[in-house]
Amino acid sequence: MSEVKIITANEAAAEAAALCRVQVIAAYPITPQTPVTEELAAMVERGDLKAEYLTVESEHSAMASIVGASQVGARVFTASSANGLLYMHEMLHWAAGSRLPVVLACVNRGVGAPWTILNDQQDSISQRDTGWIQLYCRNNQEVLDTIIQAYRIAEQTLIPVMVCYDGFVLSHTNMPVEVPSQDEVDRFLPPWQGQGLLESGRFVNLNPLILSEPRPDAQGNLMPGYMELRHRLHEDVLASLAVIHHTDEEFQEIFGRSWGGLVWRYRMDDAEHALVSMGSLALEATRAADSLRVQGLRTGVIGVRAYRPFPASALVQALAAVKTVTVFEKDVSYGYAGALATDLKAALFDAGVSVKFSGFVAGLGGRDVAAGQIVQAATDAILNEPRYGWVDVRGSST
Amino acid sequence: MSELYEIVWHGRGGQGAVTAAKLYTEAAYYQGFKGVSAKPTYFSERRGAPVSVHTRISSEPIRTYSNVTTPDMAVVLDDNLLEMVNVTANLREGGLLVVNSSLTPQDLGLSGPFTIALADAFHASEAAELIVEGNVLISTSILGPLAAASHLVSLENIQRAVAGKFAGKAKDRNLKALKLAFEATRVFRRKPADAVSASAR
Repeated sequence: MSEVKIITANEAAAEAAALCRVQVIAAYPITPQTPVTEELAAMVERGDLKAEYLTVESEHSAMASIVGASQVGARVFTASSANGLLYMHEMLHWAAGSRLPVVLACVNRGVGAPWTILNDQQDSISQRDTGWIQLYCRNNQEVLDTIIQAYRIAEQTLIPVMVCYDGFVLSHTNMPVEVPSQDEVDRFLPPWQGQGLLESGRFVNLNPLILSEPRPDAQGNLMPGYMELRHRLHEDVLASLAVIHHTDEEFQEIFGRSWGGLVWRYRMDDAEHALVSMGSLALEATRAADSLRVQGLRTGVIGVRAYRPFPASALVQALAAVKTVTVFEKDVSYGYAGALATDLKAALFDAGVSVKFSGFVAGLGGRDVAAGQIVQAATDAILNEPRYGWVDVRGSST
Repeated sequence: MSELYEIVWHGRGGQGAVTAAKLYTEAAYYQGFKGVSAKPTYFSERRGAPVSVHTRISSEPIRTYSNVTTPDMAVVLDDNLLEMVNVTANLREGGLLVVNSSLTPQDLGLSGPFTIALADAFHASEAAELIVEGNVLISTSILGPLAAASHLVSLENIQRAVAGKFAGKAKDRNLKALKLAFEATRVFRRKPADAVSASAR
């Protein structure tokens, strides 16, 4: 039987990893991820979770250990935030390039310097091009459910999955979460068969040097070159769009909850104006949409759940009928605009969709974003000239 | 129209505001509210620094995790904080202010278009022997005056949340502290004159 608990997203993430029967955990504590590691370490210590918990000396080593464990067939888990995630960067490429079904919880936090412990999404956005699938969550239930889904997606595609949720805003906020039973999770997520690499008497060279041109191996089989492997990873990440979508549907069959797969919609049926966002900010945007409707602006929200692979056609379809699109995001590509805004604009351009398009950077380093501020920025973007802007920058720097 | 109640808790790091808010939201969930949330606002997580927790209680699932700016209730775990934080500045008219204090509203300099509930949560917890390593824990006793002055969440549901969190002696002591603070609560309903002057503003 499932049970409703009032818990934080960090507790939900730890519960999810345990329900997925992870076998190896390696993590290095960093605010606001720390309670995830504490909770899992306690579960292992109590004997409630039969897993190896590796206390490593850094995030780089955490991911390196996870890569090794996954490579020999274990189901693995780690979590990090901000500068810790950045320290893993090299190994993130390694996990994806090795095609390992690693799952990582990214508790989104602003990146130093200047030092902050509070929330934005610059950390995970900065890992966009590592070949990982990135999923963004809007509440603690979605965090728990998405981690369970992540193992199904990762093990089916052999692509690592990063489950992202906003630090403090969700990681430390208590709210009701339905925790499924072990039986339900076991039905959805059978044990991973692994790649069977560790066998007595069988010698393999893991991650050998790959030359540029395809060439025969010792047995005479033609092996792909570096570029062919890169192309295959790219094609498979694109193809994981369908897997993410179907996994959410299959999840609903067992657990009765769906999170929209790639993108979710709020009041979009008759909408002339769309607000597009990711994570908890997208949920705040639903309240802004309600207010904008009271003002006479028929507004809906598109929440981007899968950021990589980028659900271009799902977004184009969802936005084909609107007059304006306004993106709100907690990241920026310095010298241009927010990552989501630029990606979405390219997708709309490719599809020949012409809309009034604006993008706003908001909530960096824990700056609170209230629905009223989204309303104000969106009203300006809808009624006046489209622009790239920032929400709530104060004082002399404006 | 969905009902939404917003509460801001003011305490000092390590004093129990986070635990108190979590217990109260749990109790509200038992009461039948589908949407409950308790968000601590952190900066430096050190003992003694002022901290606040923002709680929402609603008949519908919560769709906002931004800060509460105009609370229906303010709960103050340490009356010394009243000198540092203006806890009533944005308290809604007709709202509730709960303070852990042995003093009177006059002593504390409190008046306004809101109800004031005072209870000496510290001594209630001390009487219940709720002391760990020399610290008197008030995260459950501070819920006593809330239950006494507000019908939002019943004492029974708060007791259920407390009983679910603790076991053995700790459970008995927490329940006793809660009951003692509940019984010791002094409630000062807002005066009609205050209401008139407030609405005339």
